Amino acid sequence: MSDGPLVEIRTSPHVRQTPSVDQIMRNVVYALVPVCVFSVWAFGISVLALLLVTTLACVLTEQLFCLAAGKPTTVRDWSVVITGILLALTLPPGFPLWMAAVASFVGVGLGKLLFGGLGQNVLNPALVGRAFVQAAFPVAITTWTPPFAEGRFTEFIPSTLTLPFLQPADVSGWLQLRAVDGFTGATPLALMKFEHVATPAMDLFTGMVAGSAGETSTVAILLGGAYLVARRMMDWRIPTAVLASAALTGSLFWWLDPGQYPDPLFILLSGGLMLGAVFMASDMVASPVTPLGVWVYGGLIGFVTVVIRLFGGLPEGVMYAILLGNAASPLISGWTQPRVFGQRSRGGRR
Amino acid sequence: MLPDSGFDGELATTQDKNHAESLTPGDTLTMGLLSFFRPSFHHGIHPAQHKDTGDAPIRRLPFAERLVIPLGQHIGKPARPIVHRGQEVVRGEPIAEADGFLSVPIHAPATGTIRGIELAPTARGPKADAILLDVLHGSSQEVLYGAPQDLDALSREELVRAVQETGMVGLGGAAFPTHAKMTMPDGHHVDTVLVNGCECEPYLTTDHRVMLEDTENLIKGVRIAMRATGAERALIGVEDNKMDAVEAIRAKLPADDSMTVHALRTKYPQGAEKMVIKALTGREVPSGGLPSAVGVSVFNVASLAQLGTLMPRGQGLIERVVTVTGPAIERPGNYLVPLGTPIRFVLDTLGRESGPGSVVLGGPMMGSAIASLDVPVTKGTSGILVFRHAPGAEHLGRQVQPCIKCGRCVEACPLSLNPSQLGLLAAKREYDAMAEQYHLFDCFECGSCSYVCPSYIPLVQYFRIAKAILRERSATR
Repeated sequence: MSDGPLVEIRTSPHVRQTPSVDQIMRNVVYALVPVCVFSVWAFGISVLALLLVTTLACVLTEQLFCLAAGKPTTVRDWSVVITGILLALTLPPGFPLWMAAVASFVGVGLGKLLFGGLGQNVLNPALVGRAFVQAAFPVAITTWTPPFAEGRFTEFIPSTLTLPFLQPADVSGWLQLRAVDGFTGATPLALMKFEHVATPAMDLFTGMVAGSAGETSTVAILLGGAYLVARRMMDWRIPTAVLASAALTGSLFWWLDPGQYPDPLFILLSGGLMLGAVFMASDMVASPVTPLGVWVYGGLIGFVTVVIRLFGGLPEGVMYAILLGNAASPLISGWTQPRVFGQRSRGGRR
Repeated sequence: MLPDSGFDGELATTQDKNHAESLTPGDTLTMGLLSFFRPSFHHGIHPAQHKDTGDAPIRRLPFAERLVIPLGQHIGKPARPIVHRGQEVVRGEPIAEADGFLSVPIHAPATGTIRGIELAPTARGPKADAILLDVLHGSSQEVLYGAPQDLDALSREELVRAVQETGMVGLGGAAFPTHAKMTMPDGHHVDTVLVNGCECEPYLTTDHRVMLEDTENLIKGVRIAMRATGAERALIGVEDNKMDAVEAIRAKLPADDSMTVHALRTKYPQGAEKMVIKALTGREVPSGGLPSAVGVSVFNVASLAQLGTLMPRGQGLIERVVTVTGPAIERPGNYLVPLGTPIRFVLDTLGRESGPGSVVLGGPMMGSAIASLDVPVTKGTSGILVFRHAPGAEHLGRQVQPCIKCGRCVEACPLSLNPSQLGLLAAKREYDAMAEQYHLFDCFECGSCSYVCPSYIPLVQYFRIAKAILRERSATR
């Protein structure tokens, strides 16, 4: 045909909206920058090393799986970089690097690639990795170090450089040496749960407390979240639902017995709730797509978090709450199909 | 002529500029706020509008040497030719007659000699029978055929038959025979005529120009449609990016007329039949039903304006307004084109940049890219869009990535379908589940889901394939 090379055919629509998947993922990485910067500032080079190791290990794991499967590499969609960064942010600042590498391998390998890669995973890969090391290394993952310790930019926290398969060095001696006033090696949540000591809300908001590397500064997390919402790359309803549900559940118990239970503001600002609500519960792949479903999903996560915190054996419950929400989201999506235009009843379920 | 800067030169992507780009942020905000309170439908998208030809007056295109006039330019049975090879016809003379009720006649778009009836390429792909007409050299644009008729003297049935005689179909693109919309199934009564002037597809400006330049004939046409359907009122819906058209029509209507004009929110696909009915009347056409099920019949403004022109003169449809535009056309504008004019002639006359690219008939959201420039302009051709490669862009669409379940398609679908789930089922070839649990057959292929998909999944194409396979299965069962 004479028009062969000059006239191309394709199917409608002939215009497409930017952004693409990799642009969205790259923007999530940008949104995580404030959290990372704050974390390195507060905890020093140990966290920098943690971030580098998890990100590199996650990328390498995905690359290896792609090679092994004979598929073209998928690391260029940037989603695995997000997993790496998020994983580091959920770990204690002095977490041994080799354990972090194990968490990365398990998170990306088991949590994502065995399901079929991006879009196929049921659970958030970073949290799968963290859940694995929580079970495997229960001591290391609950060993906390204070923020703003002296010399944090020149030396590693002793446990960071533990050799593979060896017990981490005991940090209590190091802690006494670096002792920041009254630091007992507990997070605000543990202090509240086991000793009924409250931490000032302002310290929680700005991040002047101990905790996982990226969970301490509410303000840095909200900054990143606001950026993503402004760029329409995050569903604002999910963090809103998680936080609102947590605050409501917390308020209920606080109202019942203010002496026994913490106030809702403490619930919102402490632990990993903010980081989890903004950056992990909102993981598109593992959350429902229906308008009603996202509220149900967020509500479930907030509720379960508070119930674990108040009544479970652990001081923190965000991770398990989100994993539970992830697992339930196909079901929630199926149950909350909107009514289709012109149909009498709601849509199908699976 | 319009400045070139009106086009961004991109082929397969548009920037995420939601509304008209030439406005200041203040204007956009005010318009946006006002617009927010205007009637519309749930969900939808805001593609960049590119309506740069909106202020280009309609101009005539000259005759091509040979016209290619397909017998099936409408939905329904193709017309039956009533001419033979070598016969001389005058402009406006019938050359094919309606074959049954859901069919319309065809009239000679130019004076000349019938060359024969042969297979010719069509926009849809397969070749189909077409009458070839060699245009008499130097023949005039004057229509020589047809006798004036007194419409008021006709009964309702005669009026509907007279509409069919004009060969009129929906000029918005669907090409459904107009008279068939005026005949109700038994037991259905239409109380409202809806006149669709939304023109929600980007780039297209034919309805806009017709509303501005042919206002009186449009109003005549609406009155014909009201009489033919027996409706008590007519509502004209126009997207609020064409307020000049709203004002132009309003200025010509008496104060307490049964016909009223309404500005609707500018949002794609506002012009889809179900959406415009929802916006103007609040009624929801039931799944699988026709607009008459909710007492409504919908007509495109260009169709009614043509009826208002043709019917008093007793003439037939022989030309239509086409928006010819896009980054690779040198003289974009709105042109009155004789039916059967090959696209190649239109592009040669208006100047197409050399180099590879694509030519789309209709709008960029629902139109089809043609494989051959020998395809002619037919009754349903509302636009000819000419794109070129953006330098360096992968012109045949970007690489498809897995669905990340971001839910953008769910927020875009005007019918509240779940395109994400439908797409996943299509990939697994679970076509029955798509139809039974996720209402596949309600989808009218507006393309909103594909438009917003960050993974570039060709969702609409998946749905077309799924429907075709299911139809074939049920036909062979």
